[in-house]
Amino acid sequence: MQPEEVDAARDAALAAIAAAADLEELKRVRTEHAGDRSPLALANREIGALPPQARKEAGQRVGQARGAVSKALAARQQVLEAEHEARILVEETVDVTLPTDRMPAGARHPITTGSELIADIFVAMGWEVAEGPVIEAEWLNFDALNLGPDHPARTMQDTFWTAGEGDAESGVVLRTHTSPVQARTMLSQEPPIYVVCPGRVFRTDEYDATHSPMFHQVEGLAVDEGITMAHLKGTLDHFAAQMFGEGITTRFRPSYFPFTEPSAEVDLKCFVCRGVGSGDSGAPCRTCRGEGWIEWGGCGVVNPRVLTACGVDAERYTGFAFGMGIDRTLMFRHGLSDLRALFEGDVRFTTAFGSEL
Amino acid sequence: MKAPVSWIKEYVDLPADVTTEQLTDRLTDLGLKLEAIHSAADAITGPLVVGQVLTMDPEPQKNGKTINWCTVDVGDANGSGDPQGIVCGAHNFQPGDLVVVVLPGGVLPGGFEISARKTYGHVSAGMICSARELGLGDDHEGIIVLPADAGKPGDDAFEVLGLREEVIEFEINPDRAYGLSMRGIAREAALAFAAPYRDPALRDVPEPNAEGYPVVVDDPVGCPVFVARTVTGFDPSASTPGWMVERITHAGMRPISLAVDITNYVMLETGRPIHGYDLDKLQGPIRVRRAVEGERMTTLDGNERTLSPEDLVVTDDSGIIGLGGVMGGETTEMSRATTNVLVEAAHWDAVSMFRTGKRHKVSSEAGKRNERGVDPTICPAAADRVVELLVELGGGTAGPGVTVVGSPPERASIKISDDLPARVSGIDIAPETVVDNLQAIGATVDADADGLTVTPPPWRPDITDPFDLVEEVVRIVGYDQVPSVLPREAAGRGLSRTQRLRRRIGRTLAGAGCVEVVSFPFAGDATFDALGLPADDVRRRTVPLANPLSAEEPAYTTTLLPGVIKAAARNIGRGAPGVALFETGTVAFPVDRGPAPIYGVDRRPDPAELEKLFEALPRQPLHLAVVLAGERERAGWWGEGRDAGWADAIGLVRLLGAELGVTVEPRQANRMPWHPGRCAVLVVDPSTGSGTPVELGHAGELHPQVCAELGLPPRSAALELDLDALMAHAADVVPGPAFSSFPLAKEDVALVVADDVPAAAVEAALREGAGELLESVRLFDVYTGAQIGEGSKSLAFALRFRAPDRTLTESETSAARDAAVARAAELTGAVQRT
Ligand SMILES: [Zn+2]
Repeated sequence: MQPEEVDAARDAALAAIAAAADLEELKRVRTEHAGDRSPLALANREIGALPPQARKEAGQRVGQARGAVSKALAARQQVLEAEHEARILVEETVDVTLPTDRMPAGARHPITTGSELIADIFVAMGWEVAEGPVIEAEWLNFDALNLGPDHPARTMQDTFWTAGEGDAESGVVLRTHTSPVQARTMLSQEPPIYVVCPGRVFRTDEYDATHSPMFHQVEGLAVDEGITMAHLKGTLDHFAAQMFGEGITTRFRPSYFPFTEPSAEVDLKCFVCRGVGSGDSGAPCRTCRGEGWIEWGGCGVVNPRVLTACGVDAERYTGFAFGMGIDRTLMFRHGLSDLRALFEGDVRFTTAFGSEL
Repeated sequence: MKAPVSWIKEYVDLPADVTTEQLTDRLTDLGLKLEAIHSAADAITGPLVVGQVLTMDPEPQKNGKTINWCTVDVGDANGSGDPQGIVCGAHNFQPGDLVVVVLPGGVLPGGFEISARKTYGHVSAGMICSARELGLGDDHEGIIVLPADAGKPGDDAFEVLGLREEVIEFEINPDRAYGLSMRGIAREAALAFAAPYRDPALRDVPEPNAEGYPVVVDDPVGCPVFVARTVTGFDPSASTPGWMVERITHAGMRPISLAVDITNYVMLETGRPIHGYDLDKLQGPIRVRRAVEGERMTTLDGNERTLSPEDLVVTDDSGIIGLGGVMGGETTEMSRATTNVLVEAAHWDAVSMFRTGKRHKVSSEAGKRNERGVDPTICPAAADRVVELLVELGGGTAGPGVTVVGSPPERASIKISDDLPARVSGIDIAPETVVDNLQAIGATVDADADGLTVTPPPWRPDITDPFDLVEEVVRIVGYDQVPSVLPREAAGRGLSRTQRLRRRIGRTLAGAGCVEVVSFPFAGDATFDALGLPADDVRRRTVPLANPLSAEEPAYTTTLLPGVIKAAARNIGRGAPGVALFETGTVAFPVDRGPAPIYGVDRRPDPAELEKLFEALPRQPLHLAVVLAGERERAGWWGEGRDAGWADAIGLVRLLGAELGVTVEPRQANRMPWHPGRCAVLVVDPSTGSGTPVELGHAGELHPQVCAELGLPPRSAALELDLDALMAHAADVVPGPAFSSFPLAKEDVALVVADDVPAAAVEAALREGAGELLESVRLFDVYTGAQIGEGSKSLAFALRFRAPDRTLTESETSAARDAAVARAAELTGAVQRT
């Protein structure tokens, strides 16, 4: 092959490579211009038959031409492969707005997650979570808490009693508050005691939008040397701020509970109007009914009689206790108008809370 | 307790600029909690006028009721001066009576608009009002009949009834029984504003003498003081003056007759319940004693009562004439003909009052005060006040006799250190303030080197302990003075292991698409019948309630399934295509070791006593129930949906097992409410557990009859587990796993076994036969059909082998596979399919 023919074959090959539009075509070009039967391959084969002098020169020329073709092929191959892959990705595009809810979502109940939120606030302060049975000894539910058989307050709580043998009384009730857990804690461990007791309680209330025969309470108990009402106030203020936001505090009003003396009602500064009682429009706040404060629960200094009945040295230790309704707290925190929504089991209600609590 | 503001102010000179809101704010701060401020006028729009009944014609109706067609003179209030025709359903009045009439155009509480309307064949132009219709109380027994001197027809009834008066309703706590009287409320108001106070019970009373009505008290503990006075020549036709009617009505009671109204008025004024007897009906001396078992009497509410030896009774020669301090008897009741009255002002033991009230289910204004504790020193004054009013308003003559039997019980004093209020409250309270505040509530205080000796005032029977005095001191200092201080940081141990595991179980189930519900744990035979439980099923043995809310569900439940099933059916009924619900909670099984003892409270029960107490309680394990009903996976662009089935229920149990590190094994079982062929009992693998298999509960498809009965879609599935048992087996410290990174060798085998051979048994045999080189075995297909033959099934297993230290050779792998198959053949009769 003449040198001009070699150059022409090379140029033809490079042009064909550059013109190959896809990998298929490039494969054809490769066979045609770099395959065994391609002009340059044939030229290469001819070199052996040349005289030694011409052989070197021709070899060099053909070799260079084939090198250039092979390099161009590789480069083009890379480009076309990249284009191909990119096109596949484009073709594989899906509609990401399609539904993906093959398995419906589950959820835990707001009473559960709310109780855990409360427990976590106290655990972070170094308190522990105490628990006890729902069906409880009358002595622990009443007597040990300074609610003797003739205590007028015993009628304030309409109690579910379990039936005894024949006409006999069983001495066993569905606990009317979680306070027996406090008694159990004091009976089983030495002070210092710092516990919260969330749990389910029962009273013989008719079931309506704001009453339920079963509801949930959280109570707290601290027994230590030098405990005062100030510690009670500090603890509840901290609790209120964690649960409802910075700046939300509590206030006390005198009240009466047999197990505490002095006793107080706890009001929570309204977390919606922040104590003002009205919104921007001037209309009364719906959460606190314009009061600026929300009744939250009861509290007080543990009555020394309770300490004594539970084996705590009332000369050495003092304590405070508090309690509030979890269901009620959820009701005003979330603006629920009907308590029964908590116990109906409608999944639309429960799933709505998500992970907020 | 409702208190008209004008009545309170009769005994306390409040600063003139104090508003009712300021008064109630301060009283609330002191412990007399404001419930509401009422002014009846706020809820009523006139015209509301005095009317005089001219005629009334009773007209019996087809519905059995009799209505009265009345004409009523309302003066010029109706514009015409003609009598107003009004239909009235009440019967407690007669022509000539003054009544309260709301004319057309008026609006009564609750937005009840009055117009002239046709009813019972007449045009009734207005309404004759009852106290309840005007928002003055709950009394709906009849209309208000005004005293004869109350006014004239057409007068503004707002004024006559004092409807513009503000009435404060207090919530009185049990320890503040003194707040059940104007005397007590006014005293607190005086304390609140440091205002001058006049005690209505502080009056000169005549000395006791021997001429009084004879009274004998056999039980001075039950009745420490009994005062009797008499009034003769009382005019039974005298009516109660308007101001008294008004005050009694505002206080929430109903005017009855002058003599009765006076006793109620004095009770409201002083807090001391008074009983009046018709003196002419009394026979012989009055005697106070305990009843004899089985004695009977009829109280003035008409109920015959069988008495207990704990009841205190008042008797005369005729027998029992009153249930002391609780309710009088019928035989000596004052009537509209009574002219001679015996006034009883007696102090009764509060505990006895409470028990009698509870035993006989009597709730009265008198009983409410007597059982909470009344000032025992004011009996003579209260009786004297009643006598005074009977004489003044009823024209009677006070009898010369004054009977006083007994004397108020001695009041124990209380020792208190003068720094105790500061130590308990955390407020800096000076010793002088402590003394001042205790004196301000009426206590006598003696200070010496040991501290203070305090004698509480007689109207405060609730104060018995040093901490009671602390509350008194601190409430006057002000609860708003309590500083806010966090206690020291406690050295808590965080959540307990079971608390952490419970959270984990809940999150796992929610992650698996289950929604938590909270149900009431009450059940009964009907509940268990619906689940198809056999008669001897252990779940039918419940802890019964003595006072269940519903006769249908008279016991605490033994299973959580009814609650979740009910909630699932409700969701399905509301249109949900499918639902997965779970609930955790305790159930109860009786232990028959009752009754639970009641101990004293002066010391801690000893360990044996406590043990006895705890043992008497029902066993209350924590359960989990899940129900999976209808669609479990939705249909969509990805393909078909899928309904829940037995495998989902068992799968959830295995999932929980995996979360807690417990190997849970299902075994074929038959237990209601599950399908007899599609129910598993879940046991904890004995090899990882305590050695003997522990049953955790059951899972599977619900029985078709149960689904149909309870409104669930067919093939709904459920599980119920004892979570206490599951958590008891949760893995503790898990040793870190060691695994090999040499190549994996795969062998699949298909084994034919009889239909009734459980897959798990074949798998266990393979595992056992394969030896140490086996890494895992998993069943990946089940085939039945012609190629296998009747009564058999083919199970395909993927065996995976790996050595810790080398690459396995082909011959090693096939030898292990053959050994596995051989063991399966030996134990389960498996034949390898080729
Ligand atoms: Zn608000």
